[in-house]
Amino acid sequence: MEEKYIKHKYEPIHPSKDEWPVVKLARERKEFVKKVADLSEDRILNLTSNNPDILKEELETTLYREKLRIKQNPWVVDPDDDGSFWSGVKSSLVQISTENGRSKVKKLQEYKAVLNQITARYAEEIASNFKATHYKFTRSVVTYGFSRLLNAARVKGFRSIFSKKYSLQDKIQITGETDQLRDLATKGTVVMVPTHFSNLDSILIGWVISVLGLPPFIYGAGLNLFNISIFAYFMNSLGAYKVDRRKKNLMYLETLKTYSKEAIQFGCHSLFFPGGTRSRSGMIESKLKLGLLSTAIEAQRANFENGINDISGKIFIVPVTINYHFVLEAPSLIRDHLSITGQERYYKENDEFSNSYKISKFLIKFFTKGSDISVSVGKAMDVLGNYVDKEGRSLDKKGRMINTRDYFVSEGKVSIDNQREEEYTNMLGKRIVEEFHKINRVFNSHLVAFVAFEMIKKQNRKLDLFDLLRLPEEDISIPYEDFKASCQLVLDRINELKTQGLINTAPHLSLDMDEIIKHGIENVGMYHAKRPIVQDEKGEIGTDDMSLLYFYHNRLTGYGLEKLY
Amino acid sequence: MDSKNSTKPKHIGVIGVGSFGAVIANILAAKNPVMVYARKQEVVDEINTSHTAQGKTLSENVIASTDPEELCRSCDVLFFMIPSAGFQEVVRTFSPFLFPYHLIIHGTKGLCLNLKPGENIETVKKIKRSQILTMSEVILEETVAVRVGCLAGPNLSKELAQGQPAATVIASKYNEVILEGQSLLRSEKFQVYGNSDIIGVEISGVLKNIIAIASGALAGLGLGENAKGLLISRGMVEMIHLGNALGGSIKSVMGLAGIGDLVTTCNSIHSRNYTVGYRLAKGDSLDTILADMDEVAEGINTVRIIKAFLETADLRAPITENLYRVLFEDLEIEAALHFLMKYPFNVDVDFV
Repeated sequence: MEEKYIKHKYEPIHPSKDEWPVVKLARERKEFVKKVADLSEDRILNLTSNNPDILKEELETTLYREKLRIKQNPWVVDPDDDGSFWSGVKSSLVQISTENGRSKVKKLQEYKAVLNQITARYAEEIASNFKATHYKFTRSVVTYGFSRLLNAARVKGFRSIFSKKYSLQDKIQITGETDQLRDLATKGTVVMVPTHFSNLDSILIGWVISVLGLPPFIYGAGLNLFNISIFAYFMNSLGAYKVDRRKKNLMYLETLKTYSKEAIQFGCHSLFFPGGTRSRSGMIESKLKLGLLSTAIEAQRANFENGINDISGKIFIVPVTINYHFVLEAPSLIRDHLSITGQERYYKENDEFSNSYKISKFLIKFFTKGSDISVSVGKAMDVLGNYVDKEGRSLDKKGRMINTRDYFVSEGKVSIDNQREEEYTNMLGKRIVEEFHKINRVFNSHLVAFVAFEMIKKQNRKLDLFDLLRLPEEDISIPYEDFKASCQLVLDRINELKTQGLINTAPHLSLDMDEIIKHGIENVGMYHAKRPIVQDEKGEIGTDDMSLLYFYHNRLTGYGLEKLY
Repeated sequence: MDSKNSTKPKHIGVIGVGSFGAVIANILAAKNPVMVYARKQEVVDEINTSHTAQGKTLSENVIASTDPEELCRSCDVLFFMIPSAGFQEVVRTFSPFLFPYHLIIHGTKGLCLNLKPGENIETVKKIKRSQILTMSEVILEETVAVRVGCLAGPNLSKELAQGQPAATVIASKYNEVILEGQSLLRSEKFQVYGNSDIIGVEISGVLKNIIAIASGALAGLGLGENAKGLLISRGMVEMIHLGNALGGSIKSVMGLAGIGDLVTTCNSIHSRNYTVGYRLAKGDSLDTILADMDEVAEGINTVRIIKAFLETADLRAPITENLYRVLFEDLEIEAALHFLMKYPFNVDVDFV
């Protein structure tokens, strides 16, 4: 089914790449890394209140954890000198603590030196290796390659491979406040916060950003992705900095936050996946990881502190949702989710994206079969979650203009108050979740998955979730007419919510209900070996995999639609 | 809006000059110039010319205005000290002049409803938590101010006005609000504690009014101290369960705003809620009692809201339920007491 989307051709907002903040940052990489290392050191000293004993303890904890990581969970990307570096740290620490006759001041200084070595190493590791030439190359490869695949699949005939009939924008629809985003990106600094369901998201968003004519955004990508060579190349050229989820020690986290904050202050547009990791349950993220988000607020406050009160110092938060019919990793994500919710235990990262072959296979499938993706760009907000107008001015709920600086003012001056900013981060997190729900676009596949699961649940009222998921698949069957009536009921409620601006729908949901169901069933989780929804010859609805059905169903939780059952 | 450093010290704003508002204005005026808001021009004139408000003496450091805009411009910190019934409306009149730099602390122990236009508590009957607003939630909903706190605790206006020693608690998610409130209010006679669970503190202050009415009723029936001890202890358990269901923590009920205020109010003939219960037991009807009072007894409205909330919550609150029947369904107080004495409260403490 063809839908009419307006395909824009967006001109780049900065024609010359020398003006891209990320290019400027890459030029000053060395100084920037040093600055991050030094500022992180200050932050940690502050947190340990300049006390050599507390600092020593933190250093020892970090050392212990790093040693453990090297031994138990080594990765390909880890630098070769990891072991020797930490052994060096160990011997310095031993030396400082065993030799007597040092004054407190002297000790602190020596510990500081060790600390600086560590933050410098972390800062260097985190920093991105952006190269504008690689960026251009990657972008053209992605765009060219994908559109060739696409045309080969959709246009019949031998010459199809050279056809220009379809472009990537037919496959991936971008909707929402794109003009505002482009506009604000020229005036202030944008922090984009997308939902996260698949590892493909990083590349997808990178492509969206370039289609919109925006300069590259920097973003934190899981270091595990750099294990795979194709991804490493992509990531580097998209301006990614590295986030190592194995390292949870204070020094690493502070260095990471400092990097993010300084980059935003530098004017680099940034991208955070605020869920922190892919949504394992398939639900829209409802609890956000607030660590990196807090850096946006910190950077905003710092800009005000430095007297940058005009729009050039303003930071805009732009929520984005990515909607799929199909998530490649769904089976393992939901398995993880169920084992975590069952009981809190350690689980190993396990990716379908484990090698380049699988990814290529997926990409070919993706582009040759019809599984459309839509990316909705939400309204821009200030760091407190207030919408902003065309000129980037914040508006309160009643549309009155307000000054974001006022939120940081105490007794007439901008003041630093970490506890206050923590609360602001919580508020912003809640606002982003609200916006995610509003701009989320319901697809036919989401609808049928939701209805099928809820109906099965209703048939088996007495079972709890885990027993429900263990139901033998052959026992499940829903008469088509009941299913259709139920879909209509849910869709009516969704449309009602839509008129209140609380959700959005894809245009194909205005089709006839039989059509919606037919396409929905075709689309939902279309490449899985076991399909979440199947229809037998009598037209009755069943499933091959309850857990997968649960995963796709979860996309519509959080709207109170369950109450219809 | 210019918030440039002016050399003139800012006023502290107090909205409402009821008995509690007047006392707080006087405490604040000991350290800072205070500007109070009153709706009626004659009240404002009275304050500005003779430093009294309807018989209550105010410090010379207090000036008054009828203009919300002037208050918002002159003050960075505002204390809202108005009854819950008019709270939403007053906040709305201030809302256009409030900015994110304002700190707001309120001292109102009541609840508001967040219903659709045309609905009221008579028509909806059942109320969910999302339809109940505490006063801080009203402020967050209606204004752009975020740094919001509340003031609660055993603070009988009459005793405070006489300068007797007392303590209060300021609750806010923001440390700076607590610190600011402490530095503005604390004195040799007035101790100020902090608590970060603002919902818990607000709810404690609200719920204790229900128990205060019951306590007045016991006294009116001529019952003694054993009965009062029983009521306070069971009342506390009820407050804890209700408080939890409404989103507060148990700890806050145990604090100054919960137990502290509960004990004070249940023993005080100065308390309006206590008086309502006392006169009910003496045989007066609710209408006659209300007609005689010049200020609101918050507890009555609270009983009504909590009763409607209980319809949707999976929870029993026998004291509140029976008080509701006494107030609104003409149940005899003796019958209610009889019912409560037979109620199977088997476990003494079931919440820790």
